[in-house]
Amino acid sequence: MEKRDVAILGVGQTKFGHHPDKTLVDLFAEAFYEAYNESNIELKDIEAIYYGNFVGEMTDGSANLSGFIADEIGLKGIPARRYEAACASSSVAFREAYLAVAYGIHDCVAVGGSERLYNAGTAIGTRALATAVDGLHEMSAGLTFPGVFALATRLYSKKYEIPLEKLREMMAMVSVKNHKYGALNPKAQFHNKFGDLRVEDVLNSKVICSPLTLFDCCPMTDGGSAVIIATADFAEEVIDNPVYILGTGQSGAGGLFRQKEDIIRAIPRKKASEMAFKEANLTPKDVDFVEIHDCFTIAEIIATEAMGFFEYGKGANAVVDGITSIDGDLPVNPDGGLIGKGHPVGATGTSQIYSVVKQLRGEFKYNPVKSAEVGMTDTLGGDFGTLVNIILGIHRRG
Amino acid sequence: MYAITFKEFYDSLLEGKLIGMRCLDCGAYTCPPKAVCDECGSKNLEKTLMSGRGRITTFTTTYIAPMGYDKEVPYTVAMVELEEGPWIVGRLEIENADEIGQELLGEEVEVFGKEFPTEMFYPDKKRRVVPIFRLLRKF
Repeated sequence: MEKRDVAILGVGQTKFGHHPDKTLVDLFAEAFYEAYNESNIELKDIEAIYYGNFVGEMTDGSANLSGFIADEIGLKGIPARRYEAACASSSVAFREAYLAVAYGIHDCVAVGGSERLYNAGTAIGTRALATAVDGLHEMSAGLTFPGVFALATRLYSKKYEIPLEKLREMMAMVSVKNHKYGALNPKAQFHNKFGDLRVEDVLNSKVICSPLTLFDCCPMTDGGSAVIIATADFAEEVIDNPVYILGTGQSGAGGLFRQKEDIIRAIPRKKASEMAFKEANLTPKDVDFVEIHDCFTIAEIIATEAMGFFEYGKGANAVVDGITSIDGDLPVNPDGGLIGKGHPVGATGTSQIYSVVKQLRGEFKYNPVKSAEVGMTDTLGGDFGTLVNIILGIHRRG
Repeated sequence: MYAITFKEFYDSLLEGKLIGMRCLDCGAYTCPPKAVCDECGSKNLEKTLMSGRGRITTFTTTYIAPMGYDKEVPYTVAMVELEEGPWIVGRLEIENADEIGQELLGEEVEVFGKEFPTEMFYPDKKRRVVPIFRLLRKF
């Protein structure tokens, strides 16, 4: 079957933070209209909706949301479906949408997600997030998501022989960097906040799951994001700045205890990124910047290694050496990442796409990556249960 | 279809016995149970009694608990590599894990089960059995 090139027409994102007065449907609709308004298409051009949401049942008592969303935005009756893959929900939705357009099922579709975890409060939010671990064998002990990455932190320290206190300082530099960038991003939860965070502030903040402190963790967030994609041929007819989808990959795994020591090597991420690089016919060296799933500081470090940017055990050094800073060789999370921008779980994946597209179009003026042509996203669902990588560029696939 | 059900697994754990599955094709052990051998995917499995001993590979003390677990904080979740190879998640029976720190990694433990009240979303609506890891050496 012939595979068609696919491009992004428009992107949208709500302000991330606390939205007590907007439902899951409202948040999606707001992001959708921003994306639609810059797509230069008619509403009837949109043939289907791919929507990501993680825990609408627990935060808002709402499931089966896709039909309501289609109805809300004026697309009554078109095929709409919800994808649930924890934090990777809208990245899975995006990849499915891409494949549908690439292989001729649809020509133009809307993708996105929304979530309301801030509004749900910490106790419900933490329990809701924990539904992404093994519900029986991990939840029995009360494992939480900060807990998952706290377990990974101790393993990483031991495996790579970096004393824990030194590793914590290196991890704190991820938080300092991402808060610095998040403070610059007007749509971030922490816009104008924590931009001058120091390593000692991270180390001395409240312990959540030892050795992780509050500032090692991303916040609970409400928000929505949306993207409109179509065949590259159509995109080139209607807009003058398409961003092309060059490669996508997805992989997954069972519980932490099945992955054993591999949790610090994130094998599903290695597989997903290799799949994406192969499809894009690119290597890690070709990527100008990445928006990575830094749900916790150690998560960003592990991710950069698994995606092939740094050797295993060297990701923490890359942070210290400034390689992942905005003026380094591989800027990581110039939009603030989950830590600085916020993490409305089901909306996070397409929010990363939003930031990469804005950068590639030269519209991310508050923290621009210089002469960026290829950007990549990385979204982790659960404790490596789902992993999605997407590569975008300003030129068609070579 | 299951060589061991999760009910049987947790019933045994409460009696102080850790059970698992041995693969009759590749010889690997799988614990806790799943539908196939965790190593090779074979369904040619037999129920087996595990030694119930292993070593701590990592741990974390949780101070902020999810809804339903708040009365139990602080609690220490650990992963243990069993003598037969599989890793399992449970709780470490120690109160000062953070003070001891990385030194706990590699320490030998034995496993038993302890029953806790279930919570709204836990799959077993009657009980929640937690694997508890007891250190063989005093700290």
